This record gives sequence, structure tokens and C-alpha cells, in this order.
Amino acid sequence: MKIKQISVFLENKSGRLAAVTKLLAAGNINIRALSIADTSDFGILRLIVNQPDKAYRVLKDAGFTVTMTEVIGVAMSDEPGGLAGVLEILEERGVNIEYLYAFVGSACDDALVMFRVENIDDAIEVLKAEGVKVLTGEEVYSL
Amino acid sequence: MYWNEKYETMPREELKKLQLERLKQTVERTYHNVEHYRKAMQERGIEPSDIKTLDDLKKLPFTTKQDLRDNYPYGMFAVPMSEIVRIHSSSGTTGKPTVVGYTRNDLNTWAELMARALVCGGAGREDVIQNSYGYGLFTGGLGVHYGAERLGASVIPTSGGNTKRQIMIMKDYGTTVLTCTPSYALYMAEVMQEMGIDPKKDLKLKHGIFGAEPWSENMRREIETKLNISAVDIYGLSEIIGPGVAIECKEKRGLHIFEDHFIPEIIDPETGETLPMGEEGELVFTSLTKEALPMIRYRTRDITRLIEEPCSCGRTHIRMERVNGRSDDMLIIRGVNVFPSQVESVLLEIGETEPHYQLIVDRVGTLDTLEIQVEVSDALFSDEVRRLEQLEDKIKKEIETTLGISAKITLVEPKTIQRSEGKAKRVIDRRKF
Repeated sequence: MKIKQISVFLENKSGRLAAVTKLLAAGNINIRALSIADTSDFGILRLIVNQPDKAYRVLKDAGFTVTMTEVIGVAMSDEPGGLAGVLEILEERGVNIEYLYAFVGSACDDALVMFRVENIDDAIEVLKAEGVKVLTGEEVYSL
Repeated sequence: MYWNEKYETMPREELKKLQLERLKQTVERTYHNVEHYRKAMQERGIEPSDIKTLDDLKKLPFTTKQDLRDNYPYGMFAVPMSEIVRIHSSSGTTGKPTVVGYTRNDLNTWAELMARALVCGGAGREDVIQNSYGYGLFTGGLGVHYGAERLGASVIPTSGGNTKRQIMIMKDYGTTVLTCTPSYALYMAEVMQEMGIDPKKDLKLKHGIFGAEPWSENMRREIETKLNISAVDIYGLSEIIGPGVAIECKEKRGLHIFEDHFIPEIIDPETGETLPMGEEGELVFTSLTKEALPMIRYRTRDITRLIEEPCSCGRTHIRMERVNGRSDDMLIIRGVNVFPSQVESVLLEIGETEPHYQLIVDRVGTLDTLEIQVEVSDALFSDEVRRLEQLEDKIKKEIETTLGISAKITLVEPKTIQRSEGKAKRVIDRRKF
């Protein structure tokens, strides 16, 4: 139920993001989703890719500071209130969200959102108990 | 003009005789009164009686700052505490501070040397000396103060800081000689400009005696022009006595070392070999008259060379060139001694096994700035911005506590800090002295 996310430390200067994407392209790795959190000095690039282990190795070998974290992929109806419903569940159950970002396009009708939470196992349980569609890694990587 | 013509212009042969006599006494005294020296000499199989000529100085072991730390606080003192009348200490930036003590005679010697230095730098008993070196544990303030009193000048003990008041005093009290760090002198010049004070018209300032940090000929010219004075460089370090070890005369071509009280040597900092006259290397001092804290071959880590040629000012004492570097990696930032190793130890504590970092020192206006770039390794990395910002903050606070100055912390990607032969270049100093 957990999805592997690759996080990369990037300095806030030109060409750094391009360097990452170039490496991934050369490794024939496809990006499924991404988000960047940044400050004036640095940024953190978060990636969902089709081959997370390979991506981790490729970036690591190239000298990047990389870490693999786990996130939850949630499918929700692509209509007003879709995300609100999921957030309400998490809030009610006291699940703390560190950050979240939406998936870029998808093959299905649902909207996909990646959640990074404090306690991932509890969160998955809560969501499933409420009938929310939580995606598996295979489902996400192969999208 | 000399303060002590007999000693300052003593013929070299006579001076050397005096040095040898005093060296023998110093070695004898340290051997019998300081365990550290006795042990160090015994380890080399040397006894005080082996010192028969000035050349025999080479046989003696070096003394380092570490030795002072190992014997913290009073272990290197050669007299009982009842004889000590003053204690000064360093800021202790790389661990334990360095503690130095003075007997009544030592304070006497110090005042004599500072009086000589002030006269050498152009001051006389008619002068009003504004002493803007910090008063307190730092030897600068009190060292200059007692010398100025010995000279018979009028001393205004303003200490550092409160610049506008300093300038008001300078103007109203008719200060003729300013003593402070060169960067503070420049800063004062800037504030004067803001206050609409023209040194040429509004002040009586004639001379400046500046030291305690590195500066250059360019900086001298700038200070001299802006303050409309003649500026000389003074050198000293607390382990040896404080300010008043060496000073420039009106020729401004090297600093005369008061050789009747100190013997300078230049050594190769790598091998410890004594270098031939005139070659550049690390400056080493042996004290000849100090009672409380005699120093045998103390390694200053300052890089310079000695000038043997006679000086037209008439002083026979040898000169040293303006210090132009350090044999260790110490930096002086805003008057504070900083070692890159201190930054390393902070990073180690925060959880880095082999931290890669770089200190970037610059000067913005007249103020030194310090930026510390830290490569983000796996151990430090978190994929949450908040955590990384907390990390920056933590490093910043720890650095400030350890170094005593604030620094900007910048997290950078691995391998972005230049490495030469596999080793990271720790310091980039962009300041132009």
C-alpha cells in the first residue's frame, strides 16, 4: 500500500533540476509525479517514478543527496469536494499531513493525490476503513 | 626620538651579549621552576648548562599554544601565585582559553616596551592618546594604557565601541593619537563622514597606532588619507607579553622587535628547522626577561621574515615584515580568532561523520562577514523543508556559541565544495586587506 518516493536535495540554482531529469531520462526512468518544495537557498525535489529503486541508485551514483521515503497514493473522485472528503477523514482521525501533491494526469477517471503523513500505517488503515481508494505501488508505478 | 636610547640603539655585539646572558638565566629559571620545560628539556637530553651561545637556542624544544592549554590555567607559571599581580586571557576559541600572568616586574617591562612603541610610532608626552582597544581580559587595552601613562601622555581610556561618543571625545578633548584595530579606525572614519566631521578641520589627530589584526599597505593608505594621520603597525601577542613586542618606526618598513627582551627566530613550520636570515617562515619567540610566564621558542604561527639591514631610524633592533599569513588555518574575523576545526567539531556533534564544509569570509563595507557552506549528506538530509531549516538554525546557533560570532549557514549539494587532492578547501577569504 505504500509508495516509494524519491527525494533529492537541490541547491537553488539554475540547471540543477535539469541535471536530475537528464539522469533519469538516460536511465529510461519515467516520472509519474513530482513536486518541489523550496526556500531561497535550496529545494527538495520529490519524485514518483516507475522504477524507484533504479532511480535512487542512478541519482546516488551521480553524487546527489537522495533519500527514499514512503507516501500514500489516494484515488478520489475528480469533482468538487473530492479532496475535501479525504482530508476530513484524516483530520477527524488525527492524522497529521506533512505535505501532499497531486498526480500529473492519469489513465483513470479519478484524481490522484500523494500524501506524506507522520504515521503512514495508521493513515492507510484509516483511509481504507472509510472506503477511500488507496493505491498500491504497482498501480502507481505502472500508470 | 627614542624612549630608551641606550637599549634601542645598542650596538649589535653588545645586544647579543645581553641576549645570551638573559637567555641563560631564562633557561635556568624555567628548568627549575616549570615542570613542563624541565620535562621537555630532559626528553631532549638538554640541561641549562648546554646553552653556551645564542646558536644553542636551536637545541631547545618549541612551546605551542597546546602546551599552554595542557597546563591550564597556571601550570606554565614560573613564580608562585603570590608574585602574580595581573592575569589576562585569550577568548579561548579552540577549547580552553590561554591564561597569561604578570609579576610586578613584568608589568613594568610591559609598560616600558609600550612606552617605547608609542614613541616609535610618533607619540610623546604632550600627546592626548585615545585608547580604543578593548579593556578587559584582552591585553590590548590595558597594555597600551600603561605604556601611555609611563610615557607621560594623557590617556583617554575609551575602550572599544560607542563610536559616535568616541568621535565626539576625539573632537572635543583634542585627541592627537589614536590606538585601536585598523578596521575600527576605518569604521570610525566612515562614521565621521556620516556625522559631517572633517578630520582635517575638526580634529587634532596626528598619529595612529594600529594592530591586533592583519592589514595591508592599501588599508594603511586609506586610513591615513581618511583620518589625515600617519599610521603605524604594532605587533604583539598575549603569550609573549601583549602589544609592544614589535612596532614600525617612521620609516614604515618593517617592525622593530625589542630584542633586549625577545629573541625572534624564523622556522620552517613543517620541519621545525631554523631558516637562514631573510627567509620567510613561522615566527618563533623566546622571552628574555619575563618572570611569570617565560616563553621558550614559542611558535606564534604567524608567517613573516626578518630584516637584518640597519634601519635609518637609528634603532639597532632587527625588523620583521608585516605578518602576511598563518602557518595554521586560523582566521581573524571581526577581531575574533576562528579555526575551521571549530566548525568541523560543531558539525560532528550535529551528526556528521565526515562533514564537508567551507568558510567564506568577505568584507562588506568595513564589516567582516562569514558564510559557512555545509554539504548536505544523507545523515543530514530530510525530505521536509521544515527539518532542513531547523538544521540550518541549529548549526547557526551552535556555531555562534562556539565561535563567538554569527555566520550565515548555507546548505549545498554534495561535491559542490571544491576539493584539492581529495581534500576540501576549507576557507575562501575574499577580504582585501
